[in-house]
Amino acid sequence: MMRRQDVGWWLLILPAFLLMTAFYVAPIAQVLAISFTEPTPGLGNYERLFTNESVQRVIITTLRICVITTTISLLLGYVLSYRIALASPAAQRWWILAVLVPLWISVLVRAFAWVTLLRRQGLVNETLMSTGLITEPLQLVWNEFGIVVGMVHYMVPYAVLPMLASMREIDPRLLAAARGLGAGRITIFAKIFLPLSLPGLLAAGVLVFIFTLGFYITPALLGGGKTLMVAEWIGLQILDLLRWGLGTMMATVLVVAILVTLAIFSRLVDMKRVFGGGGA
Amino acid sequence: MMSHQPGLFARGSAWVVALYLLLPISIILPVSMTDQRFLSLPREALSLQHYVTVFGSPEWLASIWQSFQIAVVSTAIAVVAGTLCAIGCWRLASRATNLVRALMLLPIIIPSIVYAVGLYRYFAGLDLLDRFMGVVLAHGVTGIPYVVITVSTALAAFDPRLEQAARGMGASLMQTLRWVILPRITPGILSGAIFAFIHSWDELVIVLFIASRDVFTLPRRIWDGINENLDPAMAAVAVLLVVFTTGLLLLDLALRRRRAE
Repeated sequence: MMRRQDVGWWLLILPAFLLMTAFYVAPIAQVLAISFTEPTPGLGNYERLFTNESVQRVIITTLRICVITTTISLLLGYVLSYRIALASPAAQRWWILAVLVPLWISVLVRAFAWVTLLRRQGLVNETLMSTGLITEPLQLVWNEFGIVVGMVHYMVPYAVLPMLASMREIDPRLLAAARGLGAGRITIFAKIFLPLSLPGLLAAGVLVFIFTLGFYITPALLGGGKTLMVAEWIGLQILDLLRWGLGTMMATVLVVAILVTLAIFSRLVDMKRVFGGGGA
Repeated sequence: MMSHQPGLFARGSAWVVALYLLLPISIILPVSMTDQRFLSLPREALSLQHYVTVFGSPEWLASIWQSFQIAVVSTAIAVVAGTLCAIGCWRLASRATNLVRALMLLPIIIPSIVYAVGLYRYFAGLDLLDRFMGVVLAHGVTGIPYVVITVSTALAAFDPRLEQAARGMGASLMQTLRWVILPRITPGILSGAIFAFIHSWDELVIVLFIASRDVFTLPRRIWDGINENLDPAMAAVAVLLVVFTTGLLLLDLALRRRRAE
């Protein structure tokens, strides 16, 4: 029941609610609707999931790249968070800056930097050739390797933030006590630090996985049009091939996959860890 | 008592990861100052010719100006709507407002490609394709989550009894907002504004779908540049962007530190 004295507070929520409904939820609801109505009403578009080879190939490619990217990002992010969590407060500030600056730098700038480095006449190939290590330029970009390098670079900061938050909750006296009792570095890590940091690791995994699933810019620029992931494939269907039914079907599948992943893991992970203190 | 320190291996590998994050970004600085006409490291001397090219190009300048205008207006929308919403949700704190807050986070969770495709069709019906207003609305709405998150975090540290005391002494809702709540959460609002601004300033996917000729933002021009001609002017633009974003980020960190004190 809405109490009378609460009306004013509800009015504060109203502008955001109306904007969000009219200009966010409505366009997305339309995407879901089109996937069932065009070109003909029914489940025809979804049938392609089981019959169309190109649809299946793009899903498998996307899942493969997502799993690889998530695994590597978690590994690298964990190493970094571990170092940051155990650093002195003054050093922590610098390390965190090293994570936050890449996080907020335009994804386009980063893709551009990778192209500069990795293309055929790029800096990496030129250096390797001039030192005589290779005679032919290596194929480092515009393929799956390039995508993974660029995506991991984008995702490591996202992996660090939730992991670091959970590592900071670990009481340093526990580690000191274990050491005092004669435990070695590896034992302390395996028996105390790792188990206590697992919630953060899991939260980071969910976050990175759902972000990579629908990623558009980096795969499009570093994949060179040959390795297609779901987002670029959807763009292609809509803009170039005008196959609205197929494109919106895949968009719907993408949203459902993300929401299902979140629903499953919200039972295991505190979602506040994933989306920060103000999260739902 | 000695604090636990990471081992040599852990320290070394953390440095390697940090270099992997930072080095590729910093490589664009020397490349932007090359004396060559193509994308490369400087050979004989450092040169600022590519910066001159960018600042002398009406296309680049027009895109920068347009992106700036769009970011300012959409940030204003996101800040007003997001702040009021976060305050309302904080004060009411019910099941319903938890749902509202989850709704506000959707733009972060749902990939922008899905939204962009939907908007492409939706705006065609409203005659908002390739319009300044259309891009502003899209960026404003998708900027709301950043403001809601930062303002909610600021409110979590705010003593609700202050608000009750103000109301108890006869202050109206508007007076309470203006004199009691807003001054306390200003740093949170500013943080949200900075993130909403960067969000719009960098946004590409939506723009690729709903704008084509009249609205040609900076990210859109960079995108075309990377796909068509990789010239060193691109590196100059990239450096300017990095400097700008880092500046905003340092401003945010300074604000946070002041709030913490």
